[in-house]
Parts: sequence; structure tokens; C-alpha cells
Amino acid sequence: MSRDTALVSAEWAEKNIDAPGVVFVEVDEDTSAYDTGHLAGAVKLDWKTDLQDPVRRDFVNKSQFEALLSERGIGNDDTVILYGGNNNWFAAYAYWYFKLYGHRDVKLLDGGRKKWELDARPLVTDQVQRPRTEYVAQEPDSSIRAFRDEVVAAIGTKNLVDVRSPDEYAGRLLAPAHLPQEQAQRAGHVPTAISVPWSKAANEDGTFKSDDELRRIYADAGLDDGKETIAYCRIGERSSHTWFVLQELLGHRDVKNYDGSWTEYGSLVGVPVALGDEPGEA
Amino acid sequence: MTAPTAAGCAAPDQAAPLPASLDLEKETVITGLVRAESGESVPGAYVRLLDSTGEFTAEVVTSPAGQFRFFAAPGSWTLRALSRHGNGDTAVTADRGINEVTVTVNA
Repeated sequence: MSRDTALVSAEWAEKNIDAPGVVFVEVDEDTSAYDTGHLAGAVKLDWKTDLQDPVRRDFVNKSQFEALLSERGIGNDDTVILYGGNNNWFAAYAYWYFKLYGHRDVKLLDGGRKKWELDARPLVTDQVQRPRTEYVAQEPDSSIRAFRDEVVAAIGTKNLVDVRSPDEYAGRLLAPAHLPQEQAQRAGHVPTAISVPWSKAANEDGTFKSDDELRRIYADAGLDDGKETIAYCRIGERSSHTWFVLQELLGHRDVKNYDGSWTEYGSLVGVPVALGDEPGEA
Repeated sequence: MTAPTAAGCAAPDQAAPLPASLDLEKETVITGLVRAESGESVPGAYVRLLDSTGEFTAEVVTSPAGQFRFFAAPGSWTLRALSRHGNGDTAVTADRGINEVTVTVNA
């Protein structure tokens, strides 16, 4: 994978907004932004109500994913261009789902809603209804998803990348600073995890930094190219952004996203936790 | 839906009242308005909270009235706003409770 296959620019998107076989999909946790204006022809996915199982703590299974995409009019052969707010966090999470369920051609819009809005590109409020499809998903690709036992086993052996803000990593904050701080889980990070906030990979306007800059950021932080990598954050969407950078832009192999992330790990009984700005001992 | 502490990480409505469950003895709220040079408030601006080393901590989009709100910790922070009307920075030293700040943007 590389930038050419995984990413499109806002210019490209504006030129190809009506292109046959291209479907724009806006993904957000709070979809009210979509309702006030979206890319022409774009359908929406609600991260919470469309992409999470309504009962268990897990995301939608294969048949739920098939039903969702069929209903939204997305076909197996479509080129899917994902974008959203929050610097594409939820769009990157959806990208990871599309890959997990084997969609052939999926890309992120570089800069997401933010770049698009700051550029003053057109947004519309039209209702979008695409004809129904019969979407067929592949079995989930477990090579890109990490579960908690794997994370505990990775302490001191694999690359663990904590992509939350430095204060969340150190245990001084329990959630991103736009949310209230009272949370059930313990503060801190997985011992031996390096701290590379997701935001290091993005420019101020939400676009990704150049490949050279990205390579330097992870090398300087001590990421060992020769080892498998697990990225995590609080709930798995900021770490999807970093998973996207490492595997889809830089072409690293064996990168997994731990979507249970700190809300799961920080609530586990008996697992080791490190506090402070240093990775800590295994 | 109770407090905006549900599973997600997206920012809550920036104009909504503070949740009743919020303990202002414990929380450090940094809140205020983004204004253009003309004094007009700027809706839809992207406001970034940077820590004392300049590292990104969080980002929200201002409400239709130009409001933003962060839940941080006591200490030195920088607010940086990006908008179609231009950008601007304001430094803030925050304490527990509510800290009100205005960020002015210009081209």
C-alpha cells in the first residue's frame, strides 16, 4: 500500500465528485455535521449506530456490515472514498473496517471535512438515496485487529504505539481534553508502549504529513521496523488513524489496531500499567 | 443519553449547557469564543488546544455562536483557531473551574 492507492486529495475529490463507480461516504460519531452540509452525492455512516453492535461491545459482524452497505447503495466494485470530521478519525476507523471485511478499493480523503471546509469547497444539504445493492463481505481479516491478550503478550516484545495525547499517556488526563475527565478506567499506558500522538502524523489542516516526515517521526520515537506493531488509543479510532499511516501509507507489515484500547485495558484486573512520560519496564 | 462520556471520542455540542453531573471542583474547563477582527463571532472555526510544549491535545469546532469548550487540567495551554477568516493564537493559564478565553482570528 502507498499514498497513491490509499489517499485522494481534495482537488481530486472535487473533480471526481460525480465519477461513475466512485462513492463518497462521510463517517462521524456525531452526524449532525453531515446534515448541515456534505459532499455532493455522499452517503453517511454513523460510527455509533451503524458501525457498532447495539448490544455487545464489538463492531458490526459480517452480515450486519453486508446489510448496512447494501442499504446505503455501496457495491463490491465501487471505489469508496471516506471522509469525516475529527481529522478523519472515524473515517480512518471505517477504512479499517472496509479493509477488515475485504473491500477492494477504499481510500481516505486527505484532510477530511476540515481541509474541505477551510478551502471553502462546496457542501450541499440534498438528501442522498443510492439504489440498493447486494453487498458481499469477506470473512474478517484478523491480521489487522488485536485483542487484549495479544496486547499483554506484546509487552516488551512487539512495538506498542500509544497514540493518545502525552497527558493521557502519562496518566495526567483520562480522556481527550474536549471530554469530561471522570472515567471508570485507571490512568496510564501499557508498559513499554512508545508515545507517538496521532496528531504528529497530521498537518494543522488535517492532511497527512509527507512520507519522509512520517518515516522520521516513527523512527525517532523508536519504532522497530523489524517487529510487529500494535497501535491503541482510548477507543480505537485515533489508533486507526495511526494504523492507516503505518500500514497503508508507509507500507509496514503486521500492524494491528487494538480497538478495545485504553477503555478496555485500563479496566482489566491484574494487568501491568505504567505511569509517567517514560515507556516503563516489561 | 446522559453525560457526553459515551463510548465515542467525538466532541459534544459546543453550545450545550455543562452536564449537571460535572464537578467543577475537579474539572478545569477552558471555554470561550472565537471572534474575527471585526468582533463578529466565528462559527465553524477549528479550535486546537495545545499543551505547554506546543503538542496537540484536542480540537473542537465552534458552535453557530462561535463557542468552544475543553476539559483540561490546571496549567499553561495555548488555544489555536483555524478558520476561513484566518487563524489566531491565545495563551491561557488555567485553574480548576471555568476559564473564559477569547481567540481572535485574522487573515
